[in-house]
Amino acid sequence: MLPEFELLMPHTLPEALDMLAQGGPDVVPLAGGTALLVDMRGGHLHHLPESAGEYTREPFGKVKCLMDVSHLAASSEPFGKVECRREDGHVAVGGGVAIAELVDSPLVARYGPVLGQAARRFANPLVRNRATLGGNLAYASPAADTAPPLLVLGAEVELASAAGTRRVSLEDFLLGVHQTARRPDELLTAVRWPVPAPQAAGAYRKLALRQATAVSVVSVAVMVELSHLPESSQSFGKVECRQARIALGAVAPRPIRAHAAEEVLRGQPLTPEAIAEAARLAVEATCCIDDLRGSAAYRQRVTEVLVRRALTDVATFPPSRKLGSFREGNS
Amino acid sequence: MQPKIVTLYVNGHTHQVALAPNVTLLQALRDLGYTDVKNGCEKGDCGACAVLLNGQPVNSCLVLAWQAERAEIVTDAGLGTIDHPHPLQEAFADAGAVQCGYCTPGFIIAAKALLDRVPHPTEDQIREALSGNLCRCTGYGQIVEAVQMAAEKISRNQVFPKNLVSEVDSPPRGVP
Repeated sequence: MLPEFELLMPHTLPEALDMLAQGGPDVVPLAGGTALLVDMRGGHLHHLPESAGEYTREPFGKVKCLMDVSHLAASSEPFGKVECRREDGHVAVGGGVAIAELVDSPLVARYGPVLGQAARRFANPLVRNRATLGGNLAYASPAADTAPPLLVLGAEVELASAAGTRRVSLEDFLLGVHQTARRPDELLTAVRWPVPAPQAAGAYRKLALRQATAVSVVSVAVMVELSHLPESSQSFGKVECRQARIALGAVAPRPIRAHAAEEVLRGQPLTPEAIAEAARLAVEATCCIDDLRGSAAYRQRVTEVLVRRALTDVATFPPSRKLGSFREGNS
Repeated sequence: MQPKIVTLYVNGHTHQVALAPNVTLLQALRDLGYTDVKNGCEKGDCGACAVLLNGQPVNSCLVLAWQAERAEIVTDAGLGTIDHPHPLQEAFADAGAVQCGYCTPGFIIAAKALLDRVPHPTEDQIREALSGNLCRCTGYGQIVEAVQMAAEKISRNQVFPKNLVSEVDSPPRGVP
C-alpha cells in the first residue's frame, strides 16, 4: 500500500515547469515510477536535497506531492524522443524516453552502442517499458545502469525550469547517493553527447547476482579512441589508444570516472600489460562498501576484472560485433 | 488527497471510477473484478501483475491508476475466453506450463507482447522477453515450450485475430 500523496498531472512541459516553480521542493517528478514507487512503499525515500551539493537526506515523510511526467513523453516532442542533431554534432535523448526505446533505437546503436548495451542489461523488459532515461539519472542510484555509459560518452544533461534551460555535464550532475545538481524547480528534459569519433569503440560490462531484474554489483563502461579499429582478435596489442574514458558504477556513492586509469592508456598500444595496469589503477578510484550484494573487497576484485574485460573487448573486437544477446553471460 | 473520476479502458470495456492518487493500476483493476491480474511482489520483480498498456507489457503495480487514464489496457482475460482461448492460453494448458497458476496471466501477457513484435522468436528471445516474470513452481521449460507452440499455431492459422478484445462482450465477473 502506498502512503498518501497529492498527484499533479500536467499536460504540457511548460505547465509541468510552472508546477515545479510554484511547488518548490515539495513536488517530486514521477516518471516510470519503477524506483520511486517501490521506495515509497517501503517508506524510505532518501531524496531531495534542499540545495545542490547538500548531502542531507530527507525522510520520506517530507515528500507530499508527486508530479506525473510520464504523460509528457507523448505530448512533448523533445522530451520523449531520440534525435541526432547533426548541426551541432550531438545526439540528444529526451528525459522521458523509456529504457526499452534505447534498446531498439538505431541512433543509439550507431552513436552510443555502449548505452544500448547497458539498456539491454537494465532490470527486465517489463521495467524497461516504464523506466525512463531521465528518471534513472535523476534518481541517482550509485548503481544506475545508464550512468557509466553516458559518462564515457561525455554526456551532459539539460535541466529545464520556468526560468530557462541550463546544461550540466553528467559528471557534475551526479553528486552522491540520490543527490544531484538538479534544483527542485528543474526537470531533467534531455541527455546529449557528442557524436563519437569514427575510430572510437565502447564496451559495457555488468556483474549482477542474476541475469535479469538485478542491481549491479559492479558495472563498467569504457570508450576508447583508437588509432584504427581492430579487425579481429589477431590484432590484439597492435591497436593504439589515443584517448580513453573509463566509468564505474556501484563502487562509490555515485558513478565515477577512473581518471588515473584513463591517463595511463593515453598514447599507448592496447596490450594485455597496459590493460592490466589500467585495470589495477581503476580499482584505486573506487570507494566500495559492503552490502547485501557483495563485500567491498569483492567489488574491488570484480572492478579490476571487468575493466580488463571491457578494455579487451574494444582492443580485440570489431565494434560491429553483435553484443547484448541474452546468452552473452553475466558480466 | 482527493479522489477523482478516472476513465479506464480495460479489455474493451469502459469504466469510470473514483480513485485516490495513491491507488495503483493493479489495485484498481482487481477492485473492478479483473482478478486475473495478480498481486505478487509490488516491486517490479515478479511480473505477476503484468498488463498491456497501449500494447506494451508493464507491471501494473508500478503504474498509478491516474497515469493509466484513457490508455488501452489489456489483461490476460481480455485475450480469450474459456470457449475461445487465445493460442497462448491454450498452449500453456497443453504444454503443462501452468502449475499453481499465479504467475500465468503475467507470463501470457509478456509472451503476447513478444509474439506481436516477433512472430517467430528464438528460444533466447523468448527467455529474454519473459525474464521479468518469475515462476516459483520452476516450470520455465514448459513455459518456453508453450510460447513456441503458440507461435507455431498462430503462424499456421493466420486468420486468428491479433487481439480478441473486440469479441469479448460479456463483462468480467465482479463488474458492478
